[in-house]
Amino acid sequence: MIDRSFIGRSFPPLHVDVEPFQLRAFARATGQRDPIYWDEEAARAAGYRALPAPLTFLFTLDQDREDRFYFINAMGIELGHVLHGEQAFTYGAPICAGDRVTLTCTCMDIYDKKGGAMEFVILKTQATNQLGEDLGGMTGTIVVRDPK
Amino acid sequence: MSAFAHGVTYAGVDVGDSLPAVTSKPISRTTLALFAGASGDHNPIHIDIDFAKAAGVPDVFAHGMLGMAYLGHLLTAWVPQRAVREFSTRFVSITQVHAVVTCTGRVVEKREGNLVALEIQAADQHGDVKLAGKAVVELP
Repeated sequence: MIDRSFIGRSFPPLHVDVEPFQLRAFARATGQRDPIYWDEEAARAAGYRALPAPLTFLFTLDQDREDRFYFINAMGIELGHVLHGEQAFTYGAPICAGDRVTLTCTCMDIYDKKGGAMEFVILKTQATNQLGEDLGGMTGTIVVRDPK
Repeated sequence: MSAFAHGVTYAGVDVGDSLPAVTSKPISRTTLALFAGASGDHNPIHIDIDFAKAAGVPDVFAHGMLGMAYLGHLLTAWVPQRAVREFSTRFVSITQVHAVVTCTGRVVEKREGNLVALEIQAADQHGDVKLAGKAVVELP
């Protein structure tokens, strides 16, 4: 059982730079076909001040940590038993290359189903940029299966 | 210029309209390795078969967020990214190596404020649904 005292707890804020190299690598790895995601000129022609981060990139920015599995380890969860259940994004100002983004992650809920055979962890992350603009946020549901 | 002709308007869409489908290339082990690096999701269950077997699954499988990136392509091929206000998905089932993922969507509701609600999904070459999602876009 995951310690329910994590509910309501926030992890220390993360400050992360949005790097064009990473955006281009992401575009390539996902088979992106729209050049605004890798070509600076195409991005500017489309009205962006620099390469825009794609719709799911906030999730990637949240990985720029010393311990990528920070909440999993903090909660004592076995990494091999983790499944991604759901993911939701809301959008504010665009995120672009060169931005510095601050992410704050809070554990919203932890509950179980099937008599504890599956536990669910809900994490909500809010993001702002270097100008203090609201970038929206994301909510993830992590499912932890009991292999027994 | 973007290679994508947008021009979708609130007045020009109706409930029931389909979005143009987007199909991925086959997901190879290389795809998963590159996505692990590019996305920062280094969970070895997606790239290390020894780890996967030790965790009780027969093979590595695709990152859920890879499928969600493909769903994102469906949206941004239809409207400019800044039109997207909300985007969510459930990861319905595991996407296996070698899957070819096709993303489809349709308009389910027109709301006040030029908002259009969509239902979207990603399915493999057998028609098995992998991701079932929703989005809200704000159209001119």
